[in-house]
Amino acid sequence: MDIKKIYRKIGFPRLIISAFLLLLLIVAAALNIPMSGVWQDIFTRFGMNAILVLAMVPSIQSGIGINFNLPLGVIFGLIGALISMEFGLTGWASFFVAIGIAVPLAIIAGYFYGQMLNRIKGQEMTVGNYFGYSIVSFMCIFWLVAPFKNPEMTWAMGGSGLRVTLSMESTMGGVLDNALRADVYPQWVPQWLENFLEIVPLGLLLTFAIFATIIWIFSKSKLGTSMKVAGSSEAFATSNGINVDKHRILGIILSTVLAAIGIIVYSQSFGFVQLYNAPLYVALPAAASILIGGASLRKAKIIHVIIGTFLFQGLLVVALPVINILSEGSMAEIIRIVISNGIILYALTRKEGEAA
Amino acid sequence: MIVPIVFLVISVAGFILSGLPLSFLFNEMVFRLSRNLILVMSLIIPVITGMGLNFGIVLGAMAGQIGLIFIINYGFGDIGGILIAVLVSTPIAILFGYLVGKVLNKAKGKEMITSMILGFFANGIYQLVFIVLAGRLIPIKNADMLMSTGTGLKNTIDLNIIRKSLDNLFFAKFTSFPIVTLIVSALLFVGLYFLLKTKLGQEMRAVGQSMHIAGVSGINVDRTRIIAIVISTVLAAWGQIVYLQNMGTLSTYTNHEQVGLFAVASLLIGGASVEKASWKEALIGTFLFHLLFIVSPLAGQNLMGNAQIGEYFRVFIAYGVIGLALLLHAWEKSKAKTQLSDI
Repeated sequence: MDIKKIYRKIGFPRLIISAFLLLLLIVAAALNIPMSGVWQDIFTRFGMNAILVLAMVPSIQSGIGINFNLPLGVIFGLIGALISMEFGLTGWASFFVAIGIAVPLAIIAGYFYGQMLNRIKGQEMTVGNYFGYSIVSFMCIFWLVAPFKNPEMTWAMGGSGLRVTLSMESTMGGVLDNALRADVYPQWVPQWLENFLEIVPLGLLLTFAIFATIIWIFSKSKLGTSMKVAGSSEAFATSNGINVDKHRILGIILSTVLAAIGIIVYSQSFGFVQLYNAPLYVALPAAASILIGGASLRKAKIIHVIIGTFLFQGLLVVALPVINILSEGSMAEIIRIVISNGIILYALTRKEGEAA
Repeated sequence: MIVPIVFLVISVAGFILSGLPLSFLFNEMVFRLSRNLILVMSLIIPVITGMGLNFGIVLGAMAGQIGLIFIINYGFGDIGGILIAVLVSTPIAILFGYLVGKVLNKAKGKEMITSMILGFFANGIYQLVFIVLAGRLIPIKNADMLMSTGTGLKNTIDLNIIRKSLDNLFFAKFTSFPIVTLIVSALLFVGLYFLLKTKLGQEMRAVGQSMHIAGVSGINVDRTRIIAIVISTVLAAWGQIVYLQNMGTLSTYTNHEQVGLFAVASLLIGGASVEKASWKEALIGTFLFHLLFIVSPLAGQNLMGNAQIGEYFRVFIAYGVIGLALLLHAWEKSKAKTQLSDI
C-alpha cells in the first residue's frame, strides 16, 4: 500500500487533528503535566460523551443526516433523571428508574418527530436544528413551573422552579464510573489492576460498549440493513419493497432514545444535571465528534464514533492544561469552537457521500 | 398574512397585560425600529436569490464591529468617526461576504444550516483575533480597550465618543428622535427597491426561481449568488454600526451572536418566508418582534408572577417562529414535489 492510499484512508482532517493531539501530548509531557490525570480525564470524558455521539449513527444511517435535534432526546432523559431524583431514589435504582421513564417518552417523541421529518425530506438538518432550539427554550419555561417539590432541586427562595444545576452526588452520581471501583480492594487484586481501575472508569466504558454492540448487531440485522438501504437511496429502496418512511422513523427513534440514555449517563458521570439552556450545547459537539471520526452526512459506523469521540475529547482534555500554562484559559474554548464548527462546515461542503 | 396578525394579537394582549404607558412604548419602538431595520433588511436579497435566510450576516456584524474597534482605538469621534467606521468595515464586509458566498456555493441546498455553522466558526476566529492576538500581534493604541493583562479586548467597550451621533445629527435641537437614522434606513430601502429593478436584480430573481434555468439562459449563477451575499454582508455591517452607535456600548464578544437570530425572527414574523421577502415584511416584522420584546417580560411578571417566564417566552418565540417557518416551507415544498410525480 503506497502512502497516497494510506493518506486517503486516514483522511485529511483526521491526520491534522491526530497530529495536533500528538503535539499537545508531547508538549504536555515536556511541561511535566501529570499524565495519569490526563488519561483519566480522557477516558472519563470519552465515556460521558460516547453514547451521545453514538446517537448520530442511526440518524445518519437512515438518511436523515446529522441529528441536530439531539436536544429532544436529551430533554426526556433529563425528565427521567429529575423524576427519579424527585422520588429520592439513590444509586442503581435511581439510574434504572431514570432510564425506564426516559426511554418510553423518547420513543413517543421520536415517533412524532420522525413523522414530521418525513414530510420535509432534504431539509431535516435546518429544521431539526431550530426545532431543537425551540423545544429547549420552551422547556426553560417548563423547568420554571414544573411541579417538582424536592427542596434539594428547587430554588431555595420561593420553593418553586428548578435550579440551573442539580447535584447528583446523593442520588446516582458516579454509579457507572465507580461500578468496578472499590474503597478497599480485596487481597487478590494486584496493584497494577488497582491503579488501572482508578484511572479508567471501566463501568462507564462497558456501558458504552454494550450500547455500541447493540447498535452494531442491529445494523447487521435484516431490519438494520434495510434501514441503511433506505438511507442510501430512496428510489432503490422503494423498488426493493422497503418502506422508506418507516425506516426513517425507526432511525430517528433510535437516535432520540440513545440521546436520552446518553444524557443520563453523561449527567451521572459529571455529577450534575444541567437544565435550562444546557441542552442547546449537546448536538454540535456530538456532530463534530462523529465527523472527525470519519463519518459523512450519509455514512456512519461505530468505529467513527470511537475514533471521533476519542480524538475530540482528547484534544479538549489535553489542550486545557497545556494552554493554561502557555496562554490564557479562553484559548482552549476557542480551539473547541473552531475545530467543532470547522469540521461540520467541512462535511457540509463535501459532495454527497464523500467522507469528511 | 396570518402570521403577522397572530403576532399582533399576542403583542396587543401582552401590552394590555404589561400595563405599560403608550408614550413609553412609542418612544421605545421608534428607537428599536431605527436601530434594527437595516439589519433586518440585509436578509432580503439572499432570500430573493433563493439562498434562504442568511444566518451569515453574523459575519457582517463582525465587520461592523471591527470598524468600530478601529475608530475607538484611534479616538475618532462623532459623525466623522462613524463615517470612518463605515469606510473601514465595508471592504472587510465585502471580503467576508465573498468568502461566505464561496462556501455557500459549495453547499447548495443546505445554505441555511451552512451559513449558521459558518457564523459559529467565524465567532471562534473572531475570538482568536480579539482575545489572543489583540495587544500582541495587533497593536492597540488605546489601553482602555485592553484587559488588565495587556492582551485581549475587554468584554465591553465604551462607544461614548460616537454615541447617537448619527441619531442626533442635524435635528438634535428639535427632537430627540433619531430622524437621520430613519432617513438613512429609508434611503437604503429605496436603494434596495431600485437595485431589484436593475439587470442584476432581475438575474437574482431568476436564480432564485431556478438555478438550472438561470444557468441555461446564460446567467452566471455562482457569481450572482456571491454578489447577493456580499450585498447582504455589507448591509449587515452598516446595520451593526447604526445599532451600536444608538446603544453606546459594544459587548465585544456577544453583540454579534444574536444578530442573525433576531433579524431572521423579525423578518419571518412580518410574514416573509424562506423564498419571499420584501421591505413590507421587514418593516412589519421588526415592529412586531420588538413590540413583543418590550412587553413580554412585564406581561410574564403580571400574568405568572415571574419576569423570567416572559424572558424565556420571547426567546421561545424567536426560535419557535424560525423553526415553524422553516418547517412549513419545507412541508409545502415536499407536497409540491409529490403532486408533480402524481401527475
